[in-house]
Amino acid sequence: METIKLTIDNRQVEVPKGTTILQAAHQAGINIPSLCYMNLPHLAQEHKPGSCRVCVVEIPGRKNLVPACATECADGMTVLSHSLRAINARRTVVELLLSDHPKDCLICPSSGNCELQKLSITMGIREINSVENAAMSTYRKDASPALNRNMDKCVMCRSCETVCNEIQTVGALSAVNRGFMSVVAPAFEQELTDSPCTFCGQCVAVCPTGALTAVDNTFHVIRALADPNKFVVVQTAPAVRAALGEEFGYPPGTSVTGKMTAALRSLGFDKVFDTDFAADLTIMEEGTELLDRITRYLDGDKSVRLPILTSCCPAWVNFFETNYPDMLDVPSTARSPQQMFGAIAKTYMAEKLGVKREDMVVVSVMPCLAKKYECQRDEFKVDGNPDVDYAITTRELAHLIKIGNIDFKTLKEEDFDRPMGESTGAGLIFGVTGGVIEAATRTAYELFTGKKLEKVDFHELRGMEGIRTASVNFDGTYIHIGIAHTLGNARKLLDGIRKGMYNFHAIEIMACPGGCIGGGGQPLHRGNSIVLKARMDSIYKEDFNKPIRKSHENPEIIKLYEDFLGKPLSEKSHKLLHTHYFSHPKK
Amino acid sequence: MQLLVCGGTGCRASASATIVEKLNESLKAHQLTEEAQVVTTGCFGFCEKGPIVKVIPDNTFYTQVKPEDAEEIVAEHILKGRKVSRLLYENPENQEHIADSRHMGFYQKQMRIALRNCGVIDPENIDEYIGRDGYSALAQVVTDLTPEQAIAMVKQSGLRGRGGAGFPTGLKWEITSKFSSDQKYVVCNADEGDPGAFMDRSILEGDPNSIIEAMAICGYCIGATKGLVYIRAEYPLAIKRLEIAIAQAREYGLLGDNIFGSKFSFDMELRYGAGAFVCGEETALIASMEGKRGEPRVKPPFPAESGYMQKPTNVNNVETFANVPVIFLKGPEWYSSIGTEKSKGTKVFALAGKINNVGLIEVPMGITLREIIYEIGGGIKNGKKFKAVQTGGPSGGCLTEAHLDTPIDFDSLVAAGSMMGSGGMIVMDEDDCMVSIAKFYLEFIVEESCGKCTPCRIGNKRMLEILEKITQGKGNMEDLDHLRNLAYVIKDTSLCGLGQSSPNPVLSTLENFYDEYVAHVKDKRCFAKKCKALARYTIDPDVCTGCTICARNCPVEAITGEKREPHFIHQEICIHCGVCYQKCKFNAINVE
Amino acid sequence: MTKIKSLDDLRQKKQQLEQSMDIREKSDHPENLVQIKVAMATCGIASGARTVMNALVEKIKKENIPAVVTQTGCMGYCYAEPTVEVTKPGFDPVVFSYVDVKKAEEIVDKYILNNELIDGILPANYQTI
Repeated sequence: METIKLTIDNRQVEVPKGTTILQAAHQAGINIPSLCYMNLPHLAQEHKPGSCRVCVVEIPGRKNLVPACATECADGMTVLSHSLRAINARRTVVELLLSDHPKDCLICPSSGNCELQKLSITMGIREINSVENAAMSTYRKDASPALNRNMDKCVMCRSCETVCNEIQTVGALSAVNRGFMSVVAPAFEQELTDSPCTFCGQCVAVCPTGALTAVDNTFHVIRALADPNKFVVVQTAPAVRAALGEEFGYPPGTSVTGKMTAALRSLGFDKVFDTDFAADLTIMEEGTELLDRITRYLDGDKSVRLPILTSCCPAWVNFFETNYPDMLDVPSTARSPQQMFGAIAKTYMAEKLGVKREDMVVVSVMPCLAKKYECQRDEFKVDGNPDVDYAITTRELAHLIKIGNIDFKTLKEEDFDRPMGESTGAGLIFGVTGGVIEAATRTAYELFTGKKLEKVDFHELRGMEGIRTASVNFDGTYIHIGIAHTLGNARKLLDGIRKGMYNFHAIEIMACPGGCIGGGGQPLHRGNSIVLKARMDSIYKEDFNKPIRKSHENPEIIKLYEDFLGKPLSEKSHKLLHTHYFSHPKK
Repeated sequence: MQLLVCGGTGCRASASATIVEKLNESLKAHQLTEEAQVVTTGCFGFCEKGPIVKVIPDNTFYTQVKPEDAEEIVAEHILKGRKVSRLLYENPENQEHIADSRHMGFYQKQMRIALRNCGVIDPENIDEYIGRDGYSALAQVVTDLTPEQAIAMVKQSGLRGRGGAGFPTGLKWEITSKFSSDQKYVVCNADEGDPGAFMDRSILEGDPNSIIEAMAICGYCIGATKGLVYIRAEYPLAIKRLEIAIAQAREYGLLGDNIFGSKFSFDMELRYGAGAFVCGEETALIASMEGKRGEPRVKPPFPAESGYMQKPTNVNNVETFANVPVIFLKGPEWYSSIGTEKSKGTKVFALAGKINNVGLIEVPMGITLREIIYEIGGGIKNGKKFKAVQTGGPSGGCLTEAHLDTPIDFDSLVAAGSMMGSGGMIVMDEDDCMVSIAKFYLEFIVEESCGKCTPCRIGNKRMLEILEKITQGKGNMEDLDHLRNLAYVIKDTSLCGLGQSSPNPVLSTLENFYDEYVAHVKDKRCFAKKCKALARYTIDPDVCTGCTICARNCPVEAITGEKREPHFIHQEICIHCGVCYQKCKFNAINVE
Repeated sequence: MTKIKSLDDLRQKKQQLEQSMDIREKSDHPENLVQIKVAMATCGIASGARTVMNALVEKIKKENIPAVVTQTGCMGYCYAEPTVEVTKPGFDPVVFSYVDVKKAEEIVDKYILNNELIDGILPANYQTI
């Protein structure tokens, strides 16, 4: 590979051709601060609009300073990252950003996680040179069930715009207005709820400041826990345990299942259950539905719609309801694990525990913002009472634990309560891209072939590639599988299906990069793909060590069908565990 | 015979009206009223040597004529046919008297190349363009020259982009030609946005075919078959005439397949802009043409590599294109013989402001500001004193008396702290407050910033706030330091040319008129009396009659005084509203 | 219109046109037409050039003068719009400034018909290649 030699701050650096000054400096141990720059290598997306001008450096001989993030190294180049001129310019630029930024850091939801705050701290800014009562660009606040927009805090890095348009292809956010009043907003400055937003929350995950934040339900949960008349049960999604530790200083990829369970119990939840149980239940319903469709298809039934699409991801559900209203009968009708859990908890479980529906509060801990929206959908309520009352994120759980004065690190590991805490490795891998379809395959294989599956690890279905395809041998019959994560890749796959390019039997789609482990409610990883990989490995490792790894072998699931539901796709199942989809004409 | 007497403001100020009277009297006295008439004309643009009397048909040009010379002109020239040599124009180089105005250097000051057909041909008739050698350059290029040869000629001519930055046109074409692609584009930037500049509109309205021809030549050179004109929707007449010209050129086969029987095909379309100033920047223009938000992006890659629809694209401005056919018609050597060492050819300027002959002028590069302002522009209006000239549009700088004799070209203007820009030239006189002028331009920039990069989005707003503070008399010396720092940082760090040049009005006025800033800040005074908040109202006790009308109308009771006694304004109470000044019937109130 | 297929076609076309343009521009035969050009760019139109042009056309017709009235682009005298250039056969072109309907009629009556110059003439101040 052709290499280039240059000098940065008197240090010699040799880098491959095409390397930017920012990357080269990093390699040389020089951390040039940046703000709008965002690299998402796992999505092959480098966002470098070169617009914040925080990373400007001096190249002697050039007329102007250049942005390190968007300037390629050249042979023999001399770069000064901390000349007086560069420092003064960078400082002035950050001061300008601060001059148009609310100074409520102490109570900002992003305090401590804010890149602008970090810049101010690093550069030791103690006063902002600007005229008294300098104008601030302020905008209407916008609240939705899942995320809040306070664009007064927008620094126009446009990362959210890139994520929303390039990665997710949702198109809810783009820059509007000009000059000082420029801001990122839905078209015509609509409210998010009226826009095509799917509440995937990826914009929140990349927002460097407090402009885009998640809706905070922690106080609702605290109040419910404090209410003696309420029986509060909690469920935790598979991806939460792989990331929660990061909020308490554990290295990424540390599984904290036992400590998390102990913490929840310590917080006062009456029952600590697991969404993984509901994931196994989902496999029973969705897997049966898949088998049913495939069998009928193979028997020559032309009315069968294939491929079957997974429906666990609420952002994905919102996405196809908005963008593919003609394909509403293609996805599986199975509810997501969160909603299956809520429906079973407030019927079967409530009955078993002798708790009235209205006295039971179901809290779910999710890596996701769209789950906050999902649990408010009308079809998941009975007489106005939702199956799941509050969905909180991994980050909110960390806050709850801190509010509860719990020293997380010293907690002794505990196990989930039964019956709804019993789960298999199959339920656990729902948290990563390809996991749902792998779990379904483990079960469908045995049901379809009637043989025992010896090798349960389907490595061909795993990985971080955006779109993956595989054919699985079901004892002579090949089942074609497609997997996509991010909604942009989902769109590619769907458009391909519309055009008849693919011939899949089943497709798994997750809205977030890497699946739920990269959800908008997870500890912020700022595009660090190593973090995502570590979380993914942690989930597969935990699956590997599980005694039971196939959903249909979960003893509590078998018991649930025996005692309550009958069999998959029974009438009761349909009522409690399945749903239907609506096109969103308003969008 | 006719005696033309200049009736422009400058000559009128030096008694040209009396000269008309005296000439008429003399004609009457010599009984020559049948043979000769006196006619008042518009400004000759030669105010330095005014008043001017011109005798036709022999084109005799008398300068600095006094009323008492009238009799001699009539008696000698009209009656006896002998020219009055002492009044003839003297060639400054060899002190020879020049009688014929056509041989006077002044009338060669302006040279129309880009505007060669404006005002000469009917722009809606392609035949008239062809009649003036139109499309011969294209014919020559596609039939006789290889693209490399044609590019070499453009390079040799020394033509530089007229849009502002002055990038060598031939080099730009060569770079674009080197990138291979299935499709390339020629784009004409007709998004003229500088307030007061309208040379591109004039060319499109007066000579649309020259642009079509030049774009086709460019297409041949760089290997593009498609041309796009990005034109402001606010230019309906230019759009109409361009559309007519395109249709006529298609009918003649001058656009379309196999032009002049060659293998070269070329056609073009219009794209409309909505008038954003920033869309004059080529990457923003391309984004706008693609239907995206009109904002610039980081270069490289340059449009030559990845432009419209990610294809190699050559963007030139209207005036640049208008020069291209001439290079081929007259030869690059001829073209490069005009102008200065590094800036060849002519430049069109839109002359405006406090100047007598507001208008479009085209002058060879290297002309001085003095020549433009005093000779072509006819001097400052109402005989006022020249203060500054602002070149380069809203983001150019203000040049002063000290720069009047600098030969102007791309590089000298930049060196002087301004720029060529698209050719706006606004002249200011002693009544203009330079702080207010800087504020005015900054208001435009703040309005037109796209908002993409921090320094331009927030920095310009902050600079404007400081200037507002200063013009309101609330500024302090720290504000000036802060203003200067902001200006330097914005210039140094902005993403595109708009932001990088936006502090120019502030920097150049800080540089050249620092005293005025200090007067605003320290003494709370505006010499030009433009900043209302700084106006100081006083009552002249010798003139005041004590009528009390000012005191009765003052909204803050800042005026006191006994009836029929001189009144007094208490400065510490006065809010500078100016009501007393308006109400006083005796002109007793002074404003400083 | 016939297509211009080659350089020769263009040259022929140009020669034809030159002849007719010569008649318009360079002829010194007194029996030839008077050329009247009205500057009709946006600036001219905004100051009333269209009305002036119509007035001139009507006046010429009324007086039965062998003249042709055409539009043209901006002459650059923006301070003095509307401007009208009159070229009488054998004479240098004369540009009149601030032309309104009244002045247009005056131009025809005095200058075109009686060779009398009137106030408000703009001296040409540039050379064109």
